[in-house]
Amino acid sequence: MDTPMDLRFTPAQEAFRREARAWLAANAPEPRSLPSLDTAEGFEAHRSWERAMFDERWSVVSWPEEFGGRGVGILEWLVFEEEYWRAQAPLRVSQNGVFLLAPTMFEFGTEQQQRRFLPAMASGAEIWCQGWSEPDAGSDLAGIHSRAVRSADDRGWLLTGQKTWASRGAFAEWCFGLFRTDPEAERHRGLTYFLIEMTAPGVTVRPIPQLDGETGFAEIFFDDVFVPDDQVLGGVGHGWNVAMATAGSERGLSLRSPARYCEAASRLVALYGQRLATDPAAAVHRADAVAQAWMDAEVYRLATLWTATRVLDGGSVGPEASANKIHWSETDLAIHRAALDLLGPGAELHGGGTDAPWLDGYLFALAGPIYAGTNEIQRNVVAERMLGLPRG
Amino acid sequence: MHFAFTDQQIEFRDAVRQVLLNECTTDDLRASFAAPAARTPRWETLATLGVVGASVPEAHGGLGLGLVDLVPLLEEAGRVALPEPLLDTTALAVPLLAELAVADGGPRAPLADWLVSIAAGDRAVAVGPPAPGPTPVAGADGADLYVLATDGGPDGPEIHALEPDSVTVAPVPSLDPTRRLASVQWAPGPESRLASGPVAASLVGRTADRAAVATGAELLGLSQRMITLAVDHAKARHQFGRPIGSFQAVKHLLAGAQVTLEFARPAVYGAAWSLDEGEPTASRAASVAKAYASDAATEAARVSLQVHGAIGYTWECDLHLFLKRAWALSAAWGSAAEHRARVLASLVAEA
Repeated sequence: MDTPMDLRFTPAQEAFRREARAWLAANAPEPRSLPSLDTAEGFEAHRSWERAMFDERWSVVSWPEEFGGRGVGILEWLVFEEEYWRAQAPLRVSQNGVFLLAPTMFEFGTEQQQRRFLPAMASGAEIWCQGWSEPDAGSDLAGIHSRAVRSADDRGWLLTGQKTWASRGAFAEWCFGLFRTDPEAERHRGLTYFLIEMTAPGVTVRPIPQLDGETGFAEIFFDDVFVPDDQVLGGVGHGWNVAMATAGSERGLSLRSPARYCEAASRLVALYGQRLATDPAAAVHRADAVAQAWMDAEVYRLATLWTATRVLDGGSVGPEASANKIHWSETDLAIHRAALDLLGPGAELHGGGTDAPWLDGYLFALAGPIYAGTNEIQRNVVAERMLGLPRG
Repeated sequence: MHFAFTDQQIEFRDAVRQVLLNECTTDDLRASFAAPAARTPRWETLATLGVVGASVPEAHGGLGLGLVDLVPLLEEAGRVALPEPLLDTTALAVPLLAELAVADGGPRAPLADWLVSIAAGDRAVAVGPPAPGPTPVAGADGADLYVLATDGGPDGPEIHALEPDSVTVAPVPSLDPTRRLASVQWAPGPESRLASGPVAASLVGRTADRAAVATGAELLGLSQRMITLAVDHAKARHQFGRPIGSFQAVKHLLAGAQVTLEFARPAVYGAAWSLDEGEPTASRAASVAKAYASDAATEAARVSLQVHGAIGYTWECDLHLFLKRAWALSAAWGSAAEHRARVLASLVAEA
C-alpha cells in the first residue's frame, strides 16, 4: 500500500463516534445499574438493553443492514466499542452469539441459516451459549466424546453426551456445540458443529455457581436430542475447522476490543490519583504496577489498530490470535490486581460501594487466562506456529 | 486510520536487511572488537544506499525522511547489532542540526556543510544525553562531530556542537566493545553554541524522545534476533532423545518473550508516528515505546541465554554479541522503570 501511516480516525469515523456517543448518553442505563447478567432477573434486564440497541441499529454495527447492522467496517466497530466502554454501558449478554457465532455464521452459514438466526441474535430475542468443553475434554478439545448419530427418519441427528462450562448456559435459548459424528475418523476429522435449541426434548441444564456465587455457566446434558440437518453449520465432518474460526474470533479481534481495557486503565489511573492525594506513601509503592497496567492496555489498543489495518489491506489473523489472547487476559489481570493493591484492606469489601467493581472485575479477570483456551495452550500455539518449534 | 508501513518503506527495509546480513555478520562484529572505528567500509555502503543520510533534507543531499521511515531501518541495525553510530547520527543528530539549520530563516554554516558531509558518509556524530558532568557517550571514541548539551541551570540547557579538536575523549570500557563508549571532556563556549533558551530546551526534550523511540526500534530487532537464535538452538539441540524445543517448559519461555515483543512493536511504530506528527501525547508515547521495548529485550535476552544453556554462557557462542547490546540499550536514554514513571506522571497531570 502507498497510504502513509496515519493513526487518526477520519472525519467520517469521528462523526460516527459523535453519533454513537450521543445515542449512548441518552439511552444507556446508568453504569452498573442493572442486576448481574448471571441472575435470571439480570439476564432479562440485559436482554431488554440488547433490544433497545437493536431497535436503533446499535447492537451489531459491523453487520450488514439486512441483518440489523449498519454495515460499517472494523475501524468503526472499534470506535463504537470505545464509546460503549466510555459510557460504561452494560456487559453484552449476547456476546457469545454476536461476537463468536456470528462471524463463523457469516463465513460458513447457509443463506437460510443467516436469515433464520442472525436477526434474532442481534435483537437479543435468542441468546446463545457455547457447548464445547466436556468433563474430560477442555484444553484437549478434539478429545470430546459427545456424539451424534443419524436419526431413524434420516432427517437429522440424535445428540448424546455432556457439555460443561457453558457461559450464559443457565438462561440461553440456543447453544452452538461440537459433537462427534464419525467415531471411526481421526479425532479432528469426525466432528460436526451443531446449532441446538435449548428447549428441545432431551436437553437438561444444570447451572453451576461460579467463584462469585452467581450461576454464570452451566452443564448441559444431551439425551437423544433431535437436531434437524439444517442446524448443522459448515457441513458434516468439518466441525473442527468451523470451531477454529470461532476460536479465532474469541482470541483475536472480535470478543475483547481494547476499549474494555483502556476504560478500566483510565479508572485505575483515577484511583491512583485519589490514593495519591489521601495516602501518598502507600500509592507510590504501586506506581510502577499502575503504569505498567495502563501501558498494557495502551499497547493492546495500538496492536489492535495494527492488526485491523492488516485485515483491511487483505491480510488475515493466524496464530497471532493466540498471542493476542495471552496479552488481553493478562492485561485485565494486571489492571485489576493493581487496583486491588491500591485499595489495600478495602479490596475484600464485596457487594456495593464505589470500589466494588474492582473486586468483581478481578474475579472476572481471573477467568481470562482459562477460557477461550488456557494461556498455556496459547503459548504452545505461539511456540509451534509462530516460532516453528516442534510439537511435543 | 492506516497503521502500517508503506510498500516503499518495507522495500527499503528489506534491501537494508539483505545488505546488513551480508556485511555485518557475527564474524564482522568480532573483528570490530579489535579495530574499532566510527566510519568503516560498511558505513560507506550504508551512506551509498541512502541510509546514513535518510533524515538529511534533500537540499543537503539526503532523502528527507522522518522517524517513521527510519524505525524499520533501525530495527535492522538492531538485528545485526550494527556497531556504527546510525542511531546517533541519523536518528538524533541530523534532525536536530537540520531544524537549527533553517531556524532564523536560512542555512547557517557550518550546519549545512555538516549535513552534506553526513549524507556523504564522511562524518559520524556522537550525541550526548543531557547529564550533569562528564558521562560516557556512545560512539564517542573516534566520532567526527560531538553534539552535546549542558544540563542547564537556571537558564535551561544549551546545545553545543564541537569538532574533535575541541574535545578530549577518553575511551571507557563497555561490556559491549562495539559501543565505542568514551567520556567526553569539553567546555561550552559561544563559538560552539547551537541553541539556548526555549529553543534548546524543546530540542533537548524532543531529541530524548526520539532517542527513546530509536533505541526502542533497535531493541525490537535485537530481541527478534536473540529469540531466533534460541529457537534455532532449541530445534537442533537434543536431550532425552528429542529436540529441547519440543518441551513445554522451553516453549513457554520463548513464547512469552515473543508475545512481549509482538506488543512492543506497535508501541514503537505508533510513537514514531506521534513524534513525526507532533502529537500532544508524543512524549508519553515515546516513553511507552521505550519501556515496552526495554522490557521485551531484557526478557528476550534472559530467555535466550537460558534456552541456550551453558553454551550460551561462552565467548564462542554468538549470543553474547546481542545480549550485551540489548543490556546496554535497555538502560540507555532511560530505563523501563524511568519511562514508566514518566508515563504515570503525565497521566496523573492530565487527569
